[in-house]
Amino acid sequence: MKQEMNLNRRKALKTGGGLGLLGLLGAVGLLGPGLARAEWKKDAFEAKTLDEALAALGVIAPENSAAIHLSVPEIAENGAVVPVTVASSLSRIEQISILVDKNPNLLAAHFVFPEGTQGFVTTRVKMGQTAMVIALVKAEGKFYRVSKEVKVTAGGCGG
Amino acid sequence: MGGPMKIRASIMDGVTEVKVLMQHEMETGLRKDSEGKLVPMWIITELKAQHKGKTVLEGQFGPAVSKNPYLVFRFKGAAKGDKVSFTWADNRGDTRSDEAEIS
Repeated sequence: MKQEMNLNRRKALKTGGGLGLLGLLGAVGLLGPGLARAEWKKDAFEAKTLDEALAALGVIAPENSAAIHLSVPEIAENGAVVPVTVASSLSRIEQISILVDKNPNLLAAHFVFPEGTQGFVTTRVKMGQTAMVIALVKAEGKFYRVSKEVKVTAGGCGG
Repeated sequence: MGGPMKIRASIMDGVTEVKVLMQHEMETGLRKDSEGKLVPMWIITELKAQHKGKTVLEGQFGPAVSKNPYLVFRFKGAAKGDKVSFTWADNRGDTRSDEAEIS
């Protein structure tokens, strides 16, 4: 009986702790009602294959498009810092995701563009080895995909 | 609270370009320390940029974004002297907001 009570106490503490963290985020406004849809895409970020990542991102039949420019270095001497730029002349870009096909978790970053924000983003990613960098773009409800290989001479995920 | 961000925002032909440099370890959770133990994942997971109360960019990071993340984006509808704010939150519940004036 006593043991059972203790277990319940543990459960209560766990639940309470979780709520505390949510409460904190809520207070900062990051998890306000407007952001509920932008909750961290755990499934997508933990995907270990391209198919899993595409499914988790809700990507349907991405097409190649010459209107998307993926700019990456041909050779990256330092895999820990590989600059990636995605730019597109397509109208009304809604989302851009950046993936690296040979990383343990493929999805590196995901961006949502409200109206008025241009279909352009630059960031830097880590690459464990020579791999394809993939840009997924959602524009007017349709998905597009472009990829380019980056040769990595020193990996960015080791110790 | 994380260290301050560097934010530069400048407007040209009606398009504001915002460059943000965040300070964060972005620990992948896959690396082992000198004793062979996994170093727990510690990354920025969510980010948001706002101009006059309107969200101009939302984003999410995974562990593959480089340490001290750098980001550039462009939006329309701002004027010189307006402020752009940027906020991030990490998986430990830490968060940081900074703002910059558009030049």
